[in-house]
Amino acid sequence: MKIVVCIKQVPDTKGGVKFNPDGTLDRGAMLTIMNPDDKAGLEAALKLKDQFGAEVTAITMGLPKAEEVLREAMAMGADKGILVTDRVLGGADTWATSTTLAGAIRNLEYDLIITGRQAIDGDTAQVGPQISEHLGLPVISYAQNIKVEGDFVIVQRQYEDRYHELKAKMPCLITALAELNQPRYMTPGGIFDAYDKEITVWGRANLVDVDDSDLGLKGSPTKIAKASDKVRKGSGEKVVLESDEAVSYIMGKLKDKHVI
Amino acid sequence: MPAGEFLPADCCRRSVIMDFSLDKKHEMARALFREFAETEVKPLAQEVDEQERFPRETVEKMQKLGFMGIPVPKEYGGQGCDPLTYAMCVEELSKVCGTTGVIVSAHTSLCVDPIMTYGTEEQKQKYLVPLAKGEKLGAFGLTEPGAGTDAQGVQTKAILDGDEWILNGSKVFITNGKEADIYIIIATTEVLTDAKGRKKKIFSSFIVEKGTPGFTFGTKEKKMGIRGSATYELIFEDCRIPKENLLGALGKGFGIAMHTLDGGRIGIAAQALGIAAGALETTVNYVKERKQFGRAIGAFQNTQFQLADMYTKVEAARLLVYKAAMAKATQKSFSLEAATAKLYAAEIAMDVASKAVQLHGGYGYIRECDVERMMRDAKITEIYEGTSEVQRMVISGSLLK
Repeated sequence: MKIVVCIKQVPDTKGGVKFNPDGTLDRGAMLTIMNPDDKAGLEAALKLKDQFGAEVTAITMGLPKAEEVLREAMAMGADKGILVTDRVLGGADTWATSTTLAGAIRNLEYDLIITGRQAIDGDTAQVGPQISEHLGLPVISYAQNIKVEGDFVIVQRQYEDRYHELKAKMPCLITALAELNQPRYMTPGGIFDAYDKEITVWGRANLVDVDDSDLGLKGSPTKIAKASDKVRKGSGEKVVLESDEAVSYIMGKLKDKHVI
Repeated sequence: MPAGEFLPADCCRRSVIMDFSLDKKHEMARALFREFAETEVKPLAQEVDEQERFPRETVEKMQKLGFMGIPVPKEYGGQGCDPLTYAMCVEELSKVCGTTGVIVSAHTSLCVDPIMTYGTEEQKQKYLVPLAKGEKLGAFGLTEPGAGTDAQGVQTKAILDGDEWILNGSKVFITNGKEADIYIIIATTEVLTDAKGRKKKIFSSFIVEKGTPGFTFGTKEKKMGIRGSATYELIFEDCRIPKENLLGALGKGFGIAMHTLDGGRIGIAAQALGIAAGALETTVNYVKERKQFGRAIGAFQNTQFQLADMYTKVEAARLLVYKAAMAKATQKSFSLEAATAKLYAAEIAMDVASKAVQLHGGYGYIRECDVERMMRDAKITEIYEGTSEVQRMVISGSLLK
């Protein structure tokens, strides 16, 4: 079985968030981690590898620095890492990203593609399902459990207070929830091995069946008007009043603010 | 370095430039050790100390991740990494739990390393492989009631009887005692008398398995610090081991022990560094929160100056420890580097941990406070694997040679 796992290097929310003047994230200036949902997707693939002996390829689109997240995936047990990086791909929204990843994945053989549900930086949950559309594959999103039986995957899809059990014939695409599993640790030897291996680096020229107008900032229908870090609120105003006075005070404030 | 960037170092007309930055794989290994320590080790640290409980579950987790054989080649079941990676592992574990740090250090430096260095191929297959995989835990016995710094005081004897060595004597203060499966034991195999009639003991080293008839455990020591690590007396009463369990050449035990301790000193220096770094980190967080006179105590210059001194010492210790670990990878003898790193790291660990307690005030003296444990854990690093005084002997001996 051949499994492709899409992973993303995202800002570590423990560090500060920094923006470019155009409102996109300044990814080069932030501490980073592997996106938690993607890490669960990778773990799911590695479990299938342990069970059935799959070949697991991790792929990411990003800055050259995103190589780190591929090394991490390989240190956990992925067999190969592919970095899709090119200046023309910068500033991509979900549409341009999914177009790019699909264009890259068209070079690969696969039975299963696993992506994370969503990334903690954009929180859109669109890239996985969009890749499946580009590639004409069935998609099962929000997976909280994945089983493989013969040519089929049986997936529990989380749905509010219940889950749906869906069966799909491979090849297909699954989007994984962080709750799916507890991702394994790397091993020290795995890290050393990961740095001895080559990472495949692809650019625009390696993308199959994609149009330039669908790539990068130019190919992104999403336009960011303004982005900012959370601004600390002021300390507010504290008043001590009898209850009757307090009610009229609050009513007055609400009217001033046009709330009522 | 990305193309186009120019650094002043480029015009330096030297073939080797000192580089104080870690490469990416060591950075990633550190991130792994740190995540493991924070997630798996830190939550147990206080309980393990309070109950004097050996953290077997942590050892099992570390076994699965290969932490018990970091500097061992892959063909012998290890991770194929280097002494620096191992030192960073001990450092990160010790940042949150000195007990866990010394379990890995005693196992790796004092049992795995001598078998890797001096063992025959058969010994490596039989003992090194399961030790490096972490299936077996290791320990080392040199110290005796009458033999600490003065190794000539060793009374334990080994006598060859046909195809077996017979061991008699006892060892004290043995880290990982009773918990370990494999023990490296130093014993006297000959006593020479020189022309002036002075006696000199000749030592050899042996591999002894737990469960061998005649090998038992005495009392478990109750300690000031590293209370979760098992410290036992080992007793040998007509303990018979196979002839082939002699480790290294007959009569070369003293050299083997000293070389093993050189490596052990790097492990303990890394433990001391970790304790100091952990105490500093804990204190930095505390002084931002703790308020007195309407301000965080970090806003007071005394706090700031103390923190600056603590940080400077930790950084200096780190450079010495990493240099010693690198020396072990590249040099035949690294005694001087190991002694220097161990002396300094141990002394600053005690100093930094003590300052950390002081900055915590009354809370720092309470058992629930991490720095209280760190200060108790720090003290042993000035004593075991050669006291600070022994390190000074090694260092000055090298200077005056």
